[in-house]
Amino acid sequence: MTALLSLEGVTAYYGSIAALKGVDVEVSEGEIVTLIGANGAGKSTLMMTIFGSPQARDGRIVYDGRDITRTPMHEIARLKIAQSPEGRRIFPRMSVLENLKMGAAVTQFAHYDEDLERMFAIFPRLKERAAQRGGTLSGGEQQMLAIARALMSRPRLLMLDEPSLGLAPLVAKQIFSVVKELNEKDGLTVFLVEQNAYHALKLAHRGYVMVNGKITMSGGGRELLEKPEVRAAYLEGGR
Amino acid sequence: MLRLPNERARPSFGRPPPTQETPPADGVFRPALVNGVTLGSIYGLIAIGYTMVYGIVGMINFAHGDVFMIGAFLSLIVFLALTSIGITFVPLALLLVLFVAMALTALYGWTVERVAYRPLRGSFRLAPLISAIGMSIFLQNYAQVTQGARFKPLPPVVTGGHKFGAVDGFGVNISNVQIIIVLLTVALMVAFTLIVSRTNLGRAQRACEQDRKMAALLGVDVDRTISLTFVMGAALASVAGLMYLLYYGVVDFYIGFVAGVKAFTAAVLGGIGSLPGAMIGGLLIGLIETFWSAYFSVEYKDVAAFSILIIVLIFLPSGLLGRPEVEKV
Repeated sequence: MTALLSLEGVTAYYGSIAALKGVDVEVSEGEIVTLIGANGAGKSTLMMTIFGSPQARDGRIVYDGRDITRTPMHEIARLKIAQSPEGRRIFPRMSVLENLKMGAAVTQFAHYDEDLERMFAIFPRLKERAAQRGGTLSGGEQQMLAIARALMSRPRLLMLDEPSLGLAPLVAKQIFSVVKELNEKDGLTVFLVEQNAYHALKLAHRGYVMVNGKITMSGGGRELLEKPEVRAAYLEGGR
Repeated sequence: MLRLPNERARPSFGRPPPTQETPPADGVFRPALVNGVTLGSIYGLIAIGYTMVYGIVGMINFAHGDVFMIGAFLSLIVFLALTSIGITFVPLALLLVLFVAMALTALYGWTVERVAYRPLRGSFRLAPLISAIGMSIFLQNYAQVTQGARFKPLPPVVTGGHKFGAVDGFGVNISNVQIIIVLLTVALMVAFTLIVSRTNLGRAQRACEQDRKMAALLGVDVDRTISLTFVMGAALASVAGLMYLLYYGVVDFYIGFVAGVKAFTAAVLGGIGSLPGAMIGGLLIGLIETFWSAYFSVEYKDVAAFSILIIVLIFLPSGLLGRPEVEKV
């Protein structure tokens, strides 16, 4: 397996505060890789740093053999990396359909009808709400929309930031099973940031644990799940 | 710029243009209505530029009125240039002036954004505002230095008019210029509404307006989209400039200030950020002015317009069609 995305010694700062302190992460084609960690560990920062905001101060970010450390955000998006970001960031005054169209714009709408049908098959709820404004959706529906919008761009790499945050357990479970299916059926590469460590590690092929802007542990998903340190910090009581 | 000849007359916005026949003695209502709609069309077109830019970058582009002025000057220059090379067939000349002036003014709009606003994006909120005022003063002085401070005349290009509803006492005279202005405005507003609501560019513009970072995450080139917004606003302002030129027959370097303030008022009245709001606001300001002038006094027409603005804002702080800030998070 070749690395689709690799970060080498990446640091990032908010002003003078270091948010990432030399992070090495690798995501191979066809893998589900998860990044777990507590609040404020720098997980979401890492997601955004891959897209150049905040820009990495040191280190290199390589995607598909190309250095994207200094590439503008919109050009990175055109390289078929899609993100469902922290807070979902649905366009509140656009309809569900328009939100999905925004996702499809990078493909020049080449597979629009086909992809739209697929999204509506995966998330039937979105079909019911197609004409409704994004801002009026419930949290779970917004999460589905954010993921569907990302998928509309036909990404090779899908980055999901806390897809289960604030969702009912049943909806969260559904979203994880969608991710699994996309990975198994279409070979979609997924980079998943989660606080819900148990589900994330169960789903992922490999995982990284982040503490205070540093990767402290890495390994197979099941393997991390068995580690007492991981269990103590992220699982017991947190489940 | 090409140096233009002078003219002494001093028209002003909201007053009947010097080329127009005096209204018939039998009433002021219908002429005032026609003049108000015409004037409102011009305000509305300028107001769109304010409202679109505010929507997407959250700043008031105080130089927009002066971009309108540049558009009027460029229209006059292109007119005279066309006449001098022998193109005198009026519809053709008008069409050429329209497109050439739109293109050149759009270039001004693009340059203003590139030079004065983009470098300040991301700095504190007042910085681009101050820069905009500076740009406004610069454009005024630029026109004054290159063209002189006096009024520049355009010989009447579109003449004549039609009497509608010719039954005695119930007819109204509408000049051909007014017909052109209103029809062109309607066509442009329909076109722009469609662009913003249906096209990829319009969707990208709305995306940048609602969440610029997310738009970039989806591959939208935010800088380019903002540039195009300025270009569109400037192109509309140049059409308004051409209309002003045809309607009043003269331009000077200062017309942008008054027109800018009025159009900005129109945008706020309609609800800043709202495209239909700008159109309705423009129309209202135009009508208020002409009706006030017709029934009360010309001198206080601006007082009337701004009083209405104040009253509306007291009861509807976000304007007539402005969106109240309720979003589910």
